[in-house]
Amino acid sequence: MTGQKLAQRNYYGKALADLAAEKENVYVLDADLAGSTKTSEFKKVAPERFIECGIAEQNMVGIASGLAASGKIAFASTFAVFATGRCWEQIRLAVAYPKMNVKIVATHSGISVGEDGASHQALEDMAIMRALPNMTVISPADAYETYMATKAIADYDGPVYMRLGRAEFPCITEEGAPFVIGKAHVMREGSDVTLIGTGQMVSVCLDAAEILASEGISAEVINMATIKPLDTEAIAASVGKTGCAVTAEEHSIIGGLGSAVAEFLSQEMPSPLMRVGTRDTFGESGKPDELFKKYGLTADDVVAAAKASIAKKE
Amino acid sequence: MEYSANQIANMANILRLDVIEMTAAANSGHPGGSLSAADFMAALYFRILRHDPANPQWEDRDRFVLSKGHVAPVLYAALAESGYFPKDELITLRKLGSHLQGHPVRGKVPGVEMSTGSLGQGLSMSCGIALAGKRDGKDYRTYCLLGDGELQSGQNWEAAMFAHHYGLSNLIAVVDRNRLQITGNTEDAMALDPLPEKWRAFGWNVIVINGHNIRQILDACDKAKASRKNPTVIIMNTVKGKGVSFMENNAGFHGKACNHEEYLQAVKELKEVIQ
Repeated sequence: MTGQKLAQRNYYGKALADLAAEKENVYVLDADLAGSTKTSEFKKVAPERFIECGIAEQNMVGIASGLAASGKIAFASTFAVFATGRCWEQIRLAVAYPKMNVKIVATHSGISVGEDGASHQALEDMAIMRALPNMTVISPADAYETYMATKAIADYDGPVYMRLGRAEFPCITEEGAPFVIGKAHVMREGSDVTLIGTGQMVSVCLDAAEILASEGISAEVINMATIKPLDTEAIAASVGKTGCAVTAEEHSIIGGLGSAVAEFLSQEMPSPLMRVGTRDTFGESGKPDELFKKYGLTADDVVAAAKASIAKKE
Repeated sequence: MEYSANQIANMANILRLDVIEMTAAANSGHPGGSLSAADFMAALYFRILRHDPANPQWEDRDRFVLSKGHVAPVLYAALAESGYFPKDELITLRKLGSHLQGHPVRGKVPGVEMSTGSLGQGLSMSCGIALAGKRDGKDYRTYCLLGDGELQSGQNWEAAMFAHHYGLSNLIAVVDRNRLQITGNTEDAMALDPLPEKWRAFGWNVIVINGHNIRQILDACDKAKASRKNPTVIIMNTVKGKGVSFMENNAGFHGKACNHEEYLQAVKELKEVIQ
């Protein structure tokens, strides 16, 4: 169930380079990490609209806000931990509150950052961005979806946070498939349990669904690429059918996708829910697959959560 | 009609009276720093800025960002006296449902360019606006009023580096150097001196003036506008609470409105000097 392995950030860079030609008011800002975030691809084709801000993320957000106030579409990029944590309050005041047309696009999110260790592994970014009024939060499932999501957020007038990974991982969406903000996609139909994944974990959920199928359990898999606004209709339709759910995210179970789904289900249609994600802990150095295993983010972990969720059904 | 220096000085006292009335009606707000900035704000809105209150979105307008957002009362007063919105709305400051929020909000009030209130961010926003102006080949200028206490925040110095690096000669920062912050003297809280040297080291043109002398304010802005290479900072030495005897140099009025007796006294003093 896995396709070609590609890095999301490469397709972000590709989309930005294409946007440079399509929209003359797109500006891209970076904080000394353009080679890693791949905003360097935009710089190659539109150097006059690429703004190097140096290692100064708080100022970068203010610059992006000022550019947006002057009619620009400002993409500001750096690693997820810095893009959200270092300048959260700047994003709150200068971007979210006045609904500025600023896109905070962060790479190197999650534990798959790997060897750099906990200081560089953002596991809280979706939680703190989701808490901001006016903020849209997007976490594409793969490189292809990243390309389309980048184009989609450029067309949307308002603040967006989009999180991307560093590593290469399998593509599971169709190249060029339209991306609609706030719309979830059923990737595989099933009747016993709903697996709701975001980012790289959608692919992990598809692997888990294969394992479950071999054991006679039918799992539905949903790609929740937009965390906010949450596609509650899609969740209601699926959980209405299966009666229980699992969320899977490369992020803390506190405040991200798991919390968003729990908030909806507990209020509107109480149903068993198990959350796969990091469990109130920092990460550490290691290879991404070693870390996924140690921190409970593998297909086997999703399988176990699915069985636990099913067992809670009366 | 161009305002003379005397007319601007008189307008500054009208703004002060507005500030006293607004904050007294709200029974909260920040009169001290509003009064210290009143002469500059009057000069800015009645002489310096290229703007059209009937067309707040005019794309060639000069921009003004109030980084020290807590002195929103003097900004609202300047906007209302200029004709951006009716003066009788001033009295709704800080009241439920009013567009005149405790700190300025972009989109809520005509003429308010950016949302501010959390200190240390306005200069970054101003840099972004000035950069857009340069890249678009526009000749508008961006003015940013900063408090002195807020310069303790590191983001200002990130912005200062940025403005010099990108040659934002169309950016004019103005520091209201009244030497008082909530806890008292700025130099006791976290020393800023030697302040002009700090800005110079960051590559800015530095002009130090008496912020209550209209002639000096106008001359400094003319000099700043003539810069073709670097951004300019005008450090205005001012008196917090300027214009009301018992508020002058009194940190207690940083974030506190006059009580009824103080209000009557302040209004009396200001009405005596307003022509």
